[in-house]
Amino acid sequence: MGSRCLRNPMFLLGFGIVILMSLSALAAPLLAPYPPNTQHLDDILAPPSSHFLLGTDRLGRDVLSRLLHGGRISLWVGFVAVGISIAIGTTLGLVSGYFRRWTDEIIMRIVDIMLCFPSFFLILSVIAFLEPNLTNIMIVIGLTSWMGVTRLVRAETLSLRERDFVAAARLAGCPTRHILLRHILPNTLAPVLITATLGVAGAILMESSLSFLGLGVQPPTASWGNMLMEGKSVIETAPWLSVYPGLAILITVLGYNLLGESLRDILDPRLT
Amino acid sequence: MADKNRITMTTTSPVYITANTVNLAIKTVKKLLWMLVVLLGITLISFLVIHLAPGSPTDMETTLNPLAGAAARQRLEDLYGLNRPLYVQYADWLFRLLHLDFGNSMSADARPVLTKILERLPLTVSMNLISLLLTLILAIPAGVISAVKQNSPLDRGITLLVFLGFAMPSFWLALLLMLFFGIELQWLPISGIMSMNYAQLDAWGKFCDLAAHLTLPILVYTVGGLAGMSRYMRACMLGALRQDYILTARAKGLSTRAVVWRHALRNALLPVITLLGLSVPGLIGGSVIIESIFALPGLGQLFYAAVMARDYTMIMGNLVLGAVLTLAGNLLADICYGLADPRIRTAGETA
Repeated sequence: MGSRCLRNPMFLLGFGIVILMSLSALAAPLLAPYPPNTQHLDDILAPPSSHFLLGTDRLGRDVLSRLLHGGRISLWVGFVAVGISIAIGTTLGLVSGYFRRWTDEIIMRIVDIMLCFPSFFLILSVIAFLEPNLTNIMIVIGLTSWMGVTRLVRAETLSLRERDFVAAARLAGCPTRHILLRHILPNTLAPVLITATLGVAGAILMESSLSFLGLGVQPPTASWGNMLMEGKSVIETAPWLSVYPGLAILITVLGYNLLGESLRDILDPRLT
Repeated sequence: MADKNRITMTTTSPVYITANTVNLAIKTVKKLLWMLVVLLGITLISFLVIHLAPGSPTDMETTLNPLAGAAARQRLEDLYGLNRPLYVQYADWLFRLLHLDFGNSMSADARPVLTKILERLPLTVSMNLISLLLTLILAIPAGVISAVKQNSPLDRGITLLVFLGFAMPSFWLALLLMLFFGIELQWLPISGIMSMNYAQLDAWGKFCDLAAHLTLPILVYTVGGLAGMSRYMRACMLGALRQDYILTARAKGLSTRAVVWRHALRNALLPVITLLGLSVPGLIGGSVIIESIFALPGLGQLFYAAVMARDYTMIMGNLVLGAVLTLAGNLLADICYGLADPRIRTAGETA
């Protein structure tokens, strides 16, 4: 499998971007030339130069430093939100697929209802009402994105529960919890991993959209979305404020999408 | 009446067809009933979430106004009926909804929610329909070519564009387009829906003015949908090309063109219909962002303002509308699927 990864250019590119972005987010305080909220009042709206590699914003803050720190926020939101949605989705999917009958019926109907929700409307209202902050954003994104995982895990579980090794475990007197967690769950991990990788990309996009509307991460904390929002009002005089944060989002999301799609090719050849 | 005529005219057993029609009717009724349940569930969840969250629609007029005291707040809450138990408020709201009465907006103008929504609906819906049409026109050939010439440089190029499209935040694309076409080249206006001198223009001038204002927003909508649609089209086409009937068609000597565009494409289009139905919530959500960037007076902007003002009745009205549009999209997709696929049309089993 290792060699299949190395021969896949999509995987290499995606993996490279993801590693690079993660490292730069982790090492942001070391890499950033200035603290993200320090104002350089002599250099307000300075264009990119050797002093400020990507220029400064309306308050004289270094754009590169804010980008690096904003990356920590984006990735953190992505991981936690996906963690929540995977936890809910896997649990409901396992239960739904294993117990079938009315349990399955109820859970699948809830999934149907959630899929018909105009979810962006709901996310917007909930976050506006609950004070936009990091925790609320992560929870709300997680709570509105678990349906795909549920369906996936349920489908896997439905076929796995008929396999001989599960029947053997049942005959040997394994408790149900044990069968679900030790025998079925590990076999659903590959598709879940793929969905999780793609989910991180989706969550990062969602967070930046919310921050762009002013309902996400609140200033002065830097996030890629709210940097774009702040840059929009001076787009004619300082276009660099509208270009670089968007480029950061594009590259990061591209990296996770490439990684996810190539993992699908590598781990699960049936699906292509 | 018409059904009876058809039964006597067809050569197959009439009993078989009636049984089938009845089956189909039962299924349709079941489906419609289920959609009602879904709608009820959506309104209940939304109502609870919105009303249980801290804050109130009276905040704008009381807390922010130093002249308004507790008595004024009390009067406003009485006016909106917010001091009643939650289940009474929900039942009341639901009962009014049965008469298509969405209530009055809780903002200062207090106009009926339905009127305000209907004013904004045409712009948002027409922009979405135009961009959906453009998406299909571009995505279907792109997906087909990508699939037919799988792994060629052309396919790789399209795939690369698709991935870029997936990763492109719509608001960033909007900013870049504004920067390039609006500010750099000065070709197109970057905000609003009409110019200052709109009233003085003749009919053709008005049309051109409107078109110029809507070009960039529609472009952003289209790019948003294009990536997903062409990727999906490619996957469906690859699946269709592997089928036995394609081999048969080739074996009887049909040209590649006929095989691809007639036999394979028709079958590959079926799942795309379902995808179109499922894409409605995304389109509605996307309008909030795009309309706020381009300052367009559509549904998304209305909803954003309502959320900011905690205008409960307006938010609920929008959520119901969004849910109804989504369900209608799904139903329409199901119907089209049935019409397009003869297997479902005659068997009526696997819809």
